[in-house]
Amino acid sequence: MNSVNKIFEKELLVKSTTDNLAIIRDFIKSAANQSGFSEDSTGKIILAVDEACTNIIKHAYKYSPEGNILIKIKFNDAKFSISITDDGSHFDPNKVPEPDLREYYKQKRVGGLGMFLIKKLMDEVNYSTLSGNKNQVILVKYLSN
Amino acid sequence: MAEFNVNLRDVGSVSVIDVKGYLDAHTAPELENIFNKLLVERQFKVVVNFDELKYISSAGLGVFMAYVETMRENKGDIKFSNMKENVYNIFDLLGFPILYEFYKEEKEAVHKFGDQG
Repeated sequence: MNSVNKIFEKELLVKSTTDNLAIIRDFIKSAANQSGFSEDSTGKIILAVDEACTNIIKHAYKYSPEGNILIKIKFNDAKFSISITDDGSHFDPNKVPEPDLREYYKQKRVGGLGMFLIKKLMDEVNYSTLSGNKNQVILVKYLSN
Repeated sequence: MAEFNVNLRDVGSVSVIDVKGYLDAHTAPELENIFNKLLVERQFKVVVNFDELKYISSAGLGVFMAYVETMRENKGDIKFSNMKENVYNIFDLLGFPILYEFYKEEKEAVHKFGDQG
């Protein structure tokens, strides 16, 4: 199978509820499989997208179920790119500190691990603000890795 | 819908929580309920058996972080057993092995509480 010749785009629009995380994971899984990623890499991509969407549900929409989450996947030339867009509250990713587990332990803090995981799991992560007050994060994984 | 099941059983003086399926932001509250129940019962020695857990996100990891110190303050702990490699890798990525004990078998984890008296 020559994966380099495979080019596709897919999209999924869901409401900002945690029960949709399973639907999102299934959507990512089938696209990553189609692209030829190993089970291990597919698992990493699924978790990164789950974390990004969980952050949107929790922080951008503050658990309001009426928000939209738009997920677009592009696969081209061994580059698997997932853009996730919401129109909830903005946040500055540079203001989120890297977690220190020992500090977390002392403070009984339980949040903030998601962004750290996303960075570890993906090859590229890019947060931006789009016109129309939308937030976007683009996650990239290369097939060769 | 994410499938997740949590079951609580006693092995001697230790509470064993079996987790099964997918532990994410949607299902983590079910696990929190179990921990809250243990606190009410003042049961602080806990082993979590991950044998049938297929998936965990940081929302699930956060539950253990939220309760472990209370357990330790009361001479208990949360110990982990039977974890699949893909699940362990996530714990490892976040540095959990520094702060938590992981065992291959549930029996070893349960016995460890016995050793501590």
